[in-house]
Amino acid sequence: MHVGLTQVLILSALLFCIGLYGILVKRNLFAILMCIEIMLNAVNINFAAFNYFLPMPDLSGQVMMIFSITVAAAEVAVGLAIIFKIYHDFKTVNIDKINNMKG
Amino acid sequence: MELFALNHAWLIPLVPAAAFIIIGLFFKEFHQLSAGIAVLAGTFSFIMSAAVVMAVLDAGISVEMPFIQKIQWIKIAGMHFSMGVMIDPLSAMMLVVVSLVALLVEIYSIGYMKGDKGYGRFFAYISLFSASMLGLNIAVNFLQMYVFWELVGLCSYLLIGFYYYRISAREAAKKAFITTRIGDFGLLIGILSLQMVFGTVDFMELRHILPVYIAANGTGLLTIIGILLFIGPIGKSGQFPLHVWLPDAMEGPAPVSALIHAATMVVAGVYLVARSYFLFAQLPELLHLIAWLGAFTAFFAASIAITQREIKRILAYSTISQLGYMMMALGVGSLTASMFHLLTHAFFKSLLFLGAGAVMHAINEEADIFKMGGLRKKMPLVFVTMTIGVLAISGLPPFAGFFSKDEILAAAAAVSMPLYIIGTITAFMTAFYMARLLFVVFWGKEQHGHVHKTSYFMQIPLAVLSILAAFAGAAGYVGGFGDWVRFGEAMPEHMNIGLAGISTALSVAAIALAWHIYVSKKYLSDIIAQKMGFIYTVSFNKYYIDEFYAILCRIFIDGIGKIMYFIDLYIIDGIVNTMAALTVYCSRIFSKLQTGQIQTYVAIFFCGVIILLVYTIVFFTKINELAAGGGF
Repeated sequence: MHVGLTQVLILSALLFCIGLYGILVKRNLFAILMCIEIMLNAVNINFAAFNYFLPMPDLSGQVMMIFSITVAAAEVAVGLAIIFKIYHDFKTVNIDKINNMKG
Repeated sequence: MELFALNHAWLIPLVPAAAFIIIGLFFKEFHQLSAGIAVLAGTFSFIMSAAVVMAVLDAGISVEMPFIQKIQWIKIAGMHFSMGVMIDPLSAMMLVVVSLVALLVEIYSIGYMKGDKGYGRFFAYISLFSASMLGLNIAVNFLQMYVFWELVGLCSYLLIGFYYYRISAREAAKKAFITTRIGDFGLLIGILSLQMVFGTVDFMELRHILPVYIAANGTGLLTIIGILLFIGPIGKSGQFPLHVWLPDAMEGPAPVSALIHAATMVVAGVYLVARSYFLFAQLPELLHLIAWLGAFTAFFAASIAITQREIKRILAYSTISQLGYMMMALGVGSLTASMFHLLTHAFFKSLLFLGAGAVMHAINEEADIFKMGGLRKKMPLVFVTMTIGVLAISGLPPFAGFFSKDEILAAAAAVSMPLYIIGTITAFMTAFYMARLLFVVFWGKEQHGHVHKTSYFMQIPLAVLSILAAFAGAAGYVGGFGDWVRFGEAMPEHMNIGLAGISTALSVAAIALAWHIYVSKKYLSDIIAQKMGFIYTVSFNKYYIDEFYAILCRIFIDGIGKIMYFIDLYIIDGIVNTMAALTVYCSRIFSKLQTGQIQTYVAIFFCGVIILLVYTIVFFTKINELAAGGGF
């Protein structure tokens, strides 16, 4: 089977939708964080794919992807720290219980 | 020496001002010291003023060629205002009158205020007053004059309310301040209009601009400005209908009444008109109005004074009446007569007030003249000086009032007969009520066994003032006052023997009538009062002007207050409260959107993204279609 740009983009779109679905329905904060990572990776695939299928490919897409992964790592660290802090305060990671900002 | 006095004339108001600050800040509690400082400053001002007068006489400074010294004070948006010293015969005369009376009053007060808790405060205020009044005299422009005009108003307020623990004094102080404020507001608008029309408020500059302006534009606008300017003097100089504050101002101590409400501050209005006479002289209609208002005030106040019982109140109405004379003199075009009367009036009226103060002081602050009686033998010096004062104000030769009042009446007779007749009748009434005061207080049955001794501090100023009241008129007449203080050409001094004879005869008749009523009791005053019934009641109640104003206030001010209260309570507050309620209600609705659930937010966020996406896709598709179809 020929793998062209379309197929790769379909893959990344699927990943993105899986991530979005996870964010919307999961109740566990860790799961949500993981889903965000999935969405990020969908974007990363896009970077790589567009670069690969350029008429004259250079490495700029891949470089950008590396950056994105690095930032994602930092983001995960911060996110985990926030989740730990939330757990420390609320004694739960269930997002339904954390609604103090309710109007 | 002359040049030194002129060049340092700015010190004349400054030294009493310094005395005010020094006493007020440091020595308020040291009674003798504060009096000493005030008297020292007053002496300095007087000596400097006398030197200035000498300099004016010697250096040939005339009304046309004044000595001017000024510095820039404010510069905003192309407008320049200066402060400075303007010495001409007019201001030099005022300087010496004010500083002399102020000095004598300060000396008198050393004795009069003895034992008062506010001793230091009194001398601080008096010093501030003389500083402001002297500053007003030497003003170079309307703005400077206005500043000092307000300052003397403030001092008047402070000193009327000197016994602030008495309700009546507080009320009188407020009344004086508010009533004169009505006048001051007119004056302020007048000054602002001058600035707008001519671009300057400087006396000398205006004097040169005005004839050119009138030749080009006529006097229409100028008359309005003149009326506005004149409202200030109406308030300050107690002209009808703003005279009501002056009798109440007698709540202050007697020296204050003598200095501020007889000799100096109340003539500030007359002085203002005289100072800006180059303007008023161009407006014959306005001068006519001034003359009639002055004549009416003179007559009106004299008719009230006849029936009053409180000694200082009689003198207050007499002051209003004499101020009316001065205004009338200005109105009939005789600046000389007006200023001459101002000079002599300052002496004999402050003498009368100080004498009245001495009398009241001696008999435990009793104010009703019918409760005094028979003080002739107990207070010989006060009696003699008061008699001189009464003879002077009655216009008997050779006392001071004779010359000045006669000059006014002669000037009035030359212009309009009705004015002369009103003036003469007023002179008759003046002589009558002053004689009444004198006879009731010093003759009759003795009602007070023990009379406090008058201190020497009080006796000396009385003696000095009585000499001045006796001879200042003749001295001015002989010494050529009219060549010196004048507007335009000097008027030839001629005594109109006929007019002088009539007014002297009338004064003598009035005094004789008072003698018959109050001393020999040939006609009983009570019976006359009963027969005159209505007129007596109206006069005794001061024509019900105060009551009229009270009703006016109740209707207008209280009415407006009620309307404003309603508007404030229901309309203004209503709008504000509705706004607040609306905000609370809206926020209550919108706060329902805040569920606190992050996932809801995320869902909404993605909905928004999808909507944007759809919109963008549709939009770009359309553009592409158009491009393909050759729409561009």
